Amino acid sequence: MQRKLLDKLRQARAEGLPVALATRLGDGVQGLIFDHGSAGDLTLPPDRLAQVRTMLDEDRSGVLGEGEEEIFVRSYAPAAEIVVVGAVHISQYLLPMASMSGLAVRLIDPRRAFASPERFPGLEIVTAWPDEALAAQPPHRRSAVVTLTHDPKLDDPALEVALNSPAFYIGALGSRRTHAQRLERLTERGFGPEQLARIHGPAGLDLGSRSPAEIAVSVLAQIIAARHGKATR
Amino acid sequence: MTQNERIDNDLLDTAAQWRDQGRGVALATVIKTWGSSPRPAGSHLVVADDTTFLGSVSGGCVEGAVVREALEVIADGKPRVLDFGVSDQQAWDVGLACGGAIRIMIERID
Repeated sequence: MQRKLLDKLRQARAEGLPVALATRLGDGVQGLIFDHGSAGDLTLPPDRLAQVRTMLDEDRSGVLGEGEEEIFVRSYAPAAEIVVVGAVHISQYLLPMASMSGLAVRLIDPRRAFASPERFPGLEIVTAWPDEALAAQPPHRRSAVVTLTHDPKLDDPALEVALNSPAFYIGALGSRRTHAQRLERLTERGFGPEQLARIHGPAGLDLGSRSPAEIAVSVLAQIIAARHGKATR
Repeated sequence: MTQNERIDNDLLDTAAQWRDQGRGVALATVIKTWGSSPRPAGSHLVVADDTTFLGSVSGGCVEGAVVREALEVIADGKPRVLDFGVSDQQAWDVGLACGGAIRIMIERID
């Protein structure tokens, strides 16, 4: 790889831009493909470029084409994210675990006693109300949204924003009874059964978890399963 | 930035840093997998000309052979595509314990 291309690739990664490195396997000629535009020596026909961008969109790497036209595409997509509402005890485990698993993390809690730097060292906590915070940076297809406060004033507005977004995972902590009441409230707010079925409640795979760390594992495991298209219930 | 992104970035940054130090550097990348194999397409291994390496392309099964080949790529500058695994025992004695097969591209960082 030419040094100039490597540095462009690193710069795009540092800026959080989705970028694919395409290599023609026959002769090693390479190019970078962005959502808009490209760089480097490799020129690809429009239909091939579209295929590369689809792979980039889906965060897939692999081989395209055959013979002299065979190329390898390495996708560098920005990480999927977990948005946690509630700076609670479970969050103190869930956020580091999620980060280790490759998720970008966002923590939202307007209650400053919970959202203290002592409890979450090194993490920038959004202290706006959850619906405002989520409206400012809406969940996208690569977002998992988890509500952990148990407080309808905080959880419900966040869930409403999540339900109106294409988030790949929505989870809400709370007992089955709490969750039934939650579904009733959200039904009154105009959400139908199909929409509400997107909420994993109580959040987490049934691992028999008891401690906050164990519950964090079960929630994270469910998010990983959802991300990879596996059964989550 | 997540830990995984940091690690991935580290590999590309490491390649750049080693070049800045005047070392010869090669980048190995998994381009295709068959059956059960430990690292998916896109996984990187960075190799310096003193055999230092970071990252992984197979979780440890074939790294030794990849490093040896990478030294030749650093020497002659020609990118190579290599197959490892049970499907191609004539070319390589190194098999994957998992029974899978992987194709790896090795290129020099100029």
